[in-house]
Amino acid sequence: MIDFISGIFILLGAAFALIAGIGLFRLPDVYLRMHAATKAGTLGAGLVLLALALDAQQLQVAARAIAGILFLLFTAPIAAHLLGRAGYLSGSPLWTKTRFDELSEKYDADGRRLNGTPPEELRRGSAHRGDKDGASE
Amino acid sequence: MAEFGAQFLEWSIDIAYVAIMMSFALTVFRLLRGPTLADRVVSLDMMALLGIVFIGVFSLSTGVYAYLDVAIALALIGFLATVAFARYIYRGALAERRGSDVPDEGDDS
Repeated sequence: MIDFISGIFILLGAAFALIAGIGLFRLPDVYLRMHAATKAGTLGAGLVLLALALDAQQLQVAARAIAGILFLLFTAPIAAHLLGRAGYLSGSPLWTKTRFDELSEKYDADGRRLNGTPPEELRRGSAHRGDKDGASE
Repeated sequence: MAEFGAQFLEWSIDIAYVAIMMSFALTVFRLLRGPTLADRVVSLDMMALLGIVFIGVFSLSTGVYAYLDVAIALALIGFLATVAFARYIYRGALAERRGSDVPDEGDDS
């Protein structure tokens, strides 16, 4: 029975890894590719490690596998965030059919800070995103 | 039932190897092709993940669980490499902006 369950987990994990590869191949810009690689790839690796933890039936192996899953889940968003920010600032082109670029014009000239809505206005709630066009000034 | 379970596990391991291989090929295509540096770094990150998946399947199929430590170390190295590359791209972008944007827009820091 355990064989059966871990076989299913392996199949699912490999399918997610394959989907991540297809996404990396087909999607049109860096951000969408990163979306495929980060989420589907991490899920695939996590499922395969989970299958390993189930199949081994030893506490130490299972503990290491679960530690690996947790490590992947903690680090993947950080890496993707840093990479997305760096890619955006270095001017990687967005897909031509992108509708909104909410970050456009919001970085200051040297690219270190966001100069969107100042924090005190956000706290007052006057320039909230719910406004029709956001930028009222 | 136990017979069938073991057989199913072997089949799924074989299928998983094929899927990982295909995914690796697509990732390598993106590594070679990727128009920007960020694309290539995303693809390298994906390669580290695929290495982890491969090691997981391999460790399961051979029963040598010591390979799991290799997978964890690979996860760590992949994360550090991605962060380092991201910093590198970010620094490059900052330097480029400082070079091109400061003359027409006053520096107000």
